[in-house]
Amino acid sequence: MKQGFYKILENKNIALDVYKMVLSGDTSAITAPGQFVNIKIDGLYLRRPISICDWSEDTITLIYKVVGKGTEVLSKMDAESPSLDLLVGLGNGYNTEKCGTSPLLIGGGVGVPPLYGLCKRLHESGVGNINVILGFNSAADVFYAEEFAKIASSVTVTTVDGSVGIKGFVSNAMPDIDHSYFYTCGPEPMLKAVYNATEADGQFSFEERMGCGFGACMGCSCKTKYGNKRICVDGPVLEKGEIIW
Amino acid sequence: MVNTKVELCGLTLDNPVIPASGCFGYGKEFSELYDINILGSFSFKGTTKDPRFGNPTPRIAECTAGMINSVGLQNPGIEEVVTNILPAMKEYYTKPVIANVGGFSVEEYAYCCERLNECDQVGIIEVNISCPNVHGGGISFGTSPAEAAKVTAAVKKVTSKPVVIKLTPNVTDIVSIAKACEEAGADGISMINTLLGMRINLKTKKPIIANKMGGFSGDAIFPVAVRMVYQVYEAVNIPIIGMGGVSSAEDVIEMMLAGASAVQVGAANLINPYAAKEIIEQLPTAMEKYKINNLKDIIGGAH
Repeated sequence: MKQGFYKILENKNIALDVYKMVLSGDTSAITAPGQFVNIKIDGLYLRRPISICDWSEDTITLIYKVVGKGTEVLSKMDAESPSLDLLVGLGNGYNTEKCGTSPLLIGGGVGVPPLYGLCKRLHESGVGNINVILGFNSAADVFYAEEFAKIASSVTVTTVDGSVGIKGFVSNAMPDIDHSYFYTCGPEPMLKAVYNATEADGQFSFEERMGCGFGACMGCSCKTKYGNKRICVDGPVLEKGEIIW
Repeated sequence: MVNTKVELCGLTLDNPVIPASGCFGYGKEFSELYDINILGSFSFKGTTKDPRFGNPTPRIAECTAGMINSVGLQNPGIEEVVTNILPAMKEYYTKPVIANVGGFSVEEYAYCCERLNECDQVGIIEVNISCPNVHGGGISFGTSPAEAAKVTAAVKKVTSKPVVIKLTPNVTDIVSIAKACEEAGADGISMINTLLGMRINLKTKKPIIANKMGGFSGDAIFPVAVRMVYQVYEAVNIPIIGMGGVSSAEDVIEMMLAGASAVQVGAANLINPYAAKEIIEQLPTAMEKYKINNLKDIIGGAH
């Protein structure tokens, strides 16, 4: 983990209430896709944890949905705003080595962003057959399907109302796609559905209200088959075999 | 050159800044960010006889200038702390540490303190009789002078280490509790623990915290803490460790003027992991600004 100040290069609306923010600064603390940053926002006490969508040597891309006060303040910032105080490289992130020959990436809503960084790393490491399922409520919520399409073998979009792609949930699309392993991130009901929809092994990224984001406050603890874990440092990614629903 | 050294229960601290229990774990996470030996000391995560998972999540809710937590004393238990955590701590922290103990019966407090008595690294035992999170737990001891005295007397019997009793502010008369602890043999008082609070989610129309209520901490509670430290300072002759919303060197000075011999920093560590380090670094400049040469000279200076 590193603390630093990051300049906003870009902050634009890319879907209904969803924004893409690109920041410039030191990214050396980021070691795996699926990690997150914790953002200090003026006037609010707690930092806001946001998953890292993608990163380069000196930029971080975040995609977030406006769901409350913090994200609303963030959404109004632009390149002229003061630099943001971030804790960077939090959490364990996804383990890319277990992916096998044909990993399936399953994202739901704002659970989609960390899977993009994962998809890119898997693609760069030469994994040939990466399939992606992205689930949203409606056509207006869809983002990044085209970006995934550039690096994945296939991208299947599902929407709850059927306004685009397959009508239904990500779990409805899963049986038709062969996979050796899976990676998923999304709301908990979706994670449970994914868990039950496949025999394959995989990794789940969880969300929890956090105090600190770096393991000190025990605010985000959960029970696993291997003992108590803190979502912020021992997670957010847990392996299928350790999860207790 | 200003002098930041203070005396606390027979220990000389390089400075009065002590990260508070529950906001610093066992120091490991912070030791990876900076050398935590610069601290006056630190109070480790509240430890109970048996391992505890604590309360269900969500355990955290945000407030204006503060936060509510309802962790519920999650900890690995005294055996693990004595056998593994304290020996491992030697690798990154070499000063005397403050051992924070929680409990659900007088016997449990005594058991934990007896186990800690054998640990050379422990400089002070801080007995939490005030955690508001656990049903039927610490709250009953901390709200009654007689019960608080009972715990104090029991732990004093089993340890030769200085014992500081950590008080809850959720009482009508904190002075009477502090006096009862002093009379029962306490070597110091630490105060204040969190204020019982609640936030309600307007979307779900239910409390945000799974356990409904939790402990309110952060900048917002600072004036309450200063007032209570001031009141207790007038009533007892044992040292007070002041805490509650401390987040700057100025806050440390103010808390000491109210009567604190040392000052704990809690929630500030959670939003800025370098908070305690920055406060220590800012202390000399703040002292010069307010014409203070010797920090220990200002203890209780506001009276």
